[in-house]
Amino acid sequence: MGALQSLPGQHEYIDLAEKTGFSCEQIGVLHKRFKQLSHNEETLRRDHFNEIPDLACNPIRSQIIGAFFDRRNFRLNEEGTVEEISFEEFLVVMSHFRPPSLHMTEEQRESVRREKLRFLFNMHDTNNDGTITLEEYRHVVEELLSRSGALGKDTAKSIADAAMLEVASISVGHMEPDEFYEGITFEHFLKLLNGFEIESRMNIRFSNMDTTTLCK
Amino acid sequence: MGALIWSEVRTERGAFYMLLLISICCVGGKCEMQESKPSPPTNFLTVKPFQNEMNEPQAFPEEERPSLPVFTMDYPRIQVPFEFTLWVLLASFAKIGFHIYHKITIWIPESCLLIAIGLIVGGIMHSVKEEPPAVLSSNVFFLYMLPPIVLESGYFMPTRPFFENIGTVLWYSVVGTLWNSIGIGLSLYAICQFEVFGLQDINLQENLLFASIISAVDPVAVLNVFEDIGVNEQIHIVIFGEGLFNDAVTVALYSIFSFVTDMSLVESTDVFLGVARFVVVGVGGVSFGMLFGFVAAFTTRFTHNTRQIEPLFIFMYSYLAYLVAELFGLSSVLAIITCAITMKFYVEENVSQRSCTTIRHVIKMLATVSETLIFFFLGVVTITSDHEWNWAYIMFTLLFAFIWRVIGILVLTQIINPFRTIQFTFKDQFGLSYGGLRGAICFALVFTLPNHINRRNLFVTASIAIIIFTVLVQGISIRPIVEYINIRRTNKDLNTINVEVHNRVMEHIVSGIEDLCGQWSHFYWKDKFKKFNDRILRRILLRDNRAESSIVSLYKKLELQTAIGLLDTPLGDLSAAPSIVSLHDERKEASRSKKKFLAADVRKMHDILSKNMYKIRQKTMAYTNKYNLPENNPAREILIRRHASIRRSLRAESFREQPALNIPKSQKYFSLQPGGDLESAFHLRRRSHGGGQLDRLSDRLQASGVSPRSSYRSEVSMRRLNTIKESGSTGEKPVAPGLDVLDERGPGSLKASSLRGRKGPVPAPRRHSSNREADVEPADSEGEGEETVRPPQLPPPRGWVPDNQDLNGNGAGNPLLRHTSQGSRGSGT
Repeated sequence: MGALQSLPGQHEYIDLAEKTGFSCEQIGVLHKRFKQLSHNEETLRRDHFNEIPDLACNPIRSQIIGAFFDRRNFRLNEEGTVEEISFEEFLVVMSHFRPPSLHMTEEQRESVRREKLRFLFNMHDTNNDGTITLEEYRHVVEELLSRSGALGKDTAKSIADAAMLEVASISVGHMEPDEFYEGITFEHFLKLLNGFEIESRMNIRFSNMDTTTLCK
Repeated sequence: MGALIWSEVRTERGAFYMLLLISICCVGGKCEMQESKPSPPTNFLTVKPFQNEMNEPQAFPEEERPSLPVFTMDYPRIQVPFEFTLWVLLASFAKIGFHIYHKITIWIPESCLLIAIGLIVGGIMHSVKEEPPAVLSSNVFFLYMLPPIVLESGYFMPTRPFFENIGTVLWYSVVGTLWNSIGIGLSLYAICQFEVFGLQDINLQENLLFASIISAVDPVAVLNVFEDIGVNEQIHIVIFGEGLFNDAVTVALYSIFSFVTDMSLVESTDVFLGVARFVVVGVGGVSFGMLFGFVAAFTTRFTHNTRQIEPLFIFMYSYLAYLVAELFGLSSVLAIITCAITMKFYVEENVSQRSCTTIRHVIKMLATVSETLIFFFLGVVTITSDHEWNWAYIMFTLLFAFIWRVIGILVLTQIINPFRTIQFTFKDQFGLSYGGLRGAICFALVFTLPNHINRRNLFVTASIAIIIFTVLVQGISIRPIVEYINIRRTNKDLNTINVEVHNRVMEHIVSGIEDLCGQWSHFYWKDKFKKFNDRILRRILLRDNRAESSIVSLYKKLELQTAIGLLDTPLGDLSAAPSIVSLHDERKEASRSKKKFLAADVRKMHDILSKNMYKIRQKTMAYTNKYNLPENNPAREILIRRHASIRRSLRAESFREQPALNIPKSQKYFSLQPGGDLESAFHLRRRSHGGGQLDRLSDRLQASGVSPRSSYRSEVSMRRLNTIKESGSTGEKPVAPGLDVLDERGPGSLKASSLRGRKGPVPAPRRHSSNREADVEPADSEGEGEETVRPPQLPPPRGWVPDNQDLNGNGAGNPLLRHTSQGSRGSGT
């Protein structure tokens, strides 16, 4: 509790809570973590993320970190990347991972789903042109398999190609021979992952208790 | 017999087996009957009378000098194992019969069918006044039939989901079982107070004892159903774990209550003692299990020179854990489960691939046999045992069992839900409560009831009634109901690669974010354990300890071990003659997978994806269909790897054959080429793969000049490819690569043709075509065979006629390819 007092006042937490949907306790915990990561500075930079040892072995670390510096994920309808993020932005990005509540209407569920998928889509769409091109997709798969040596590299491309073909067949359906599938748009992306229960997968149980002291 | 035939006719061949079996059984039974009649008291070891009988024919009437008997028969000597074998055979044939006709097992759970057959056999035995086999004495059941079943459950427990849900599982299994036992017991006791029912002689302790017997759920049938329809992982694991652990709870409760029933007066201290015992039994079982698990893992560290007995250790140690726990009156079920979980990962890394397979198969086999026999005997015993039917008691038992289960789940879920990330909805809760079938444990426990309990027969009858009712009614109806109420499902049929890819992406993202915000809900302990594991346990228990992810290291080892063996297998013709032919086939397979997404191919991809990812928080696919081994077959993985490397090496080889090429790469034979070489190689590869067109795109982007394509068959690209990227390819492709291709190709194609007439030409055209177009087109034509649209557009390259024919041939060879691609397109629209 003592720690909480040193952090921004409760009313700020309440603002943030309204904005992001976290509870005040969760925000407190996250703020503490934020401080820990940023070494008590006001902003987080990429270096800070790179220092997290547990993240080091994550194959898609760069994408994950990138997502935190991507303005598209700040829910502000902006684009581009930033060099450092404040706690609020950190929280907003985190809020993409809030678990869905038990009682949601279908529309809410759908919008949550869309939001989460948008996050994922942005992560893949590195150049922000609204489509995931083959190159980008391939990059994702490669990164995914990057921990498995030769096989991964080797198969990553074929898998990405196959996946892309699949996208083309699912989203466009029949294409004329001279058509060219230039990339996955967000609509296609939605269609593609139709059966993928992202709302129940892409979530983290943000704890109300302070566990940050337990982990480095 | 008539009834038998009638009931079996549903499966023609099944009927045949059945008949065969039953006739065998009858013969066996008759023998037994004839023999056992004369000596009623004991079935076994009544050697004397038979000896005489048997020997009579041989011993010639009045011989002074006993001549050597030409033919002797000594049935009693082999009676026990003989009959046992027949029973097992009978049960196994029954299973064969069911699976010949699949629709039956889809709609009616196997356990129902087994019980039904058991009923029939029981009827026959009853009609010929045959005693059922003495399998159901408490010793036989607990010492021989239960361990394999529990071992199987423990060994194939999906570890990751289990530990993610361990709190819920334990909550349901321990508290839920207590709840059920006490609730049902008290309610029944209340019922017994009504004089109308004539049940006043059943006291509270006996009611509790009975309730503890029937509160164990045994959801085999439900699990199979859930697995089939892909119910979400949480429910699945909760039901699975509950079934597993409440066996332990029930057995412990049973022992406590059966002790209590002997006491005339129960004092409050006894209650505390009971609780204490409960804890001791549980903790003791777990610790013995862990102890033996670690010892087993440690032992397998030294078995590399005696591979043939490796699997034995697993069984012996688990059984030992079971027996020792039994010796001390601890929970033997918990002991064997813990033992299996503990040793599994270490053992599987230590033992050879073959031993690993053997272990898995044998565990599955034993468990299946045990379980089949139990359900089978359930049917038999239902007919042959003495019953005491009391409508009130049995109906109220059914009612209370159901009600308490439902209430229990509802209440317990409300309590546990706030602690869960993914909470159970009401549908989930319904699935959980409706999945509470009773089964083997209940059946076995009730037959171990001591004889001095005055209404023992009533308890037996009621237990059998509840088992049969739940298995038949709930077991059969749960599938339609679950499908109807549409319980949240996991998309188990990952039929798209994208979904699988995103599955993986998601796992990594989530774990990454958790690392980021420093919150390891349950991952925290997992992480701690992993560190401890890596630092200490693995060093001690594993022969070659590598710090890397266990799966990767396992596969590395497996690959080493099996590489040689694989080369001898049919696929080995790859190595024998690194023929373009085989390569071609193989490549075609690869490319086809992309286009068609055959189930098998997709699974292959999933394997690749799943096996090769960073797996700290790994997803265990080993799902626990009771009767099948999990699909993830490491051998396949190895094959894929092998293919990949052979393909690569072949490519290298082809390069070498044409040293004049502009490719100055130092390609290695069997493994990946380092650095820049890799790049170019991948280039080739990519093109060659099904994704050809797409690749082309990328080629365009990256200076493609270098790539001579070793990939003859890669060209077998799909027509969809064409569709994807037609225009791009036509216009701008640099001509150079094509040319290169042409040049280099000469030899390759020749070789190909010489090796195999049909296939040979295929590569050839590719090579000859000097320009991009040519490159593209042949691929298309190959892939599509006689696709009408494409060929006209192609500027038929020179000297192609034979090729086209060839292509046709190819197309005919894999008509599937075309169909599927079209099909998928169609569906896409």
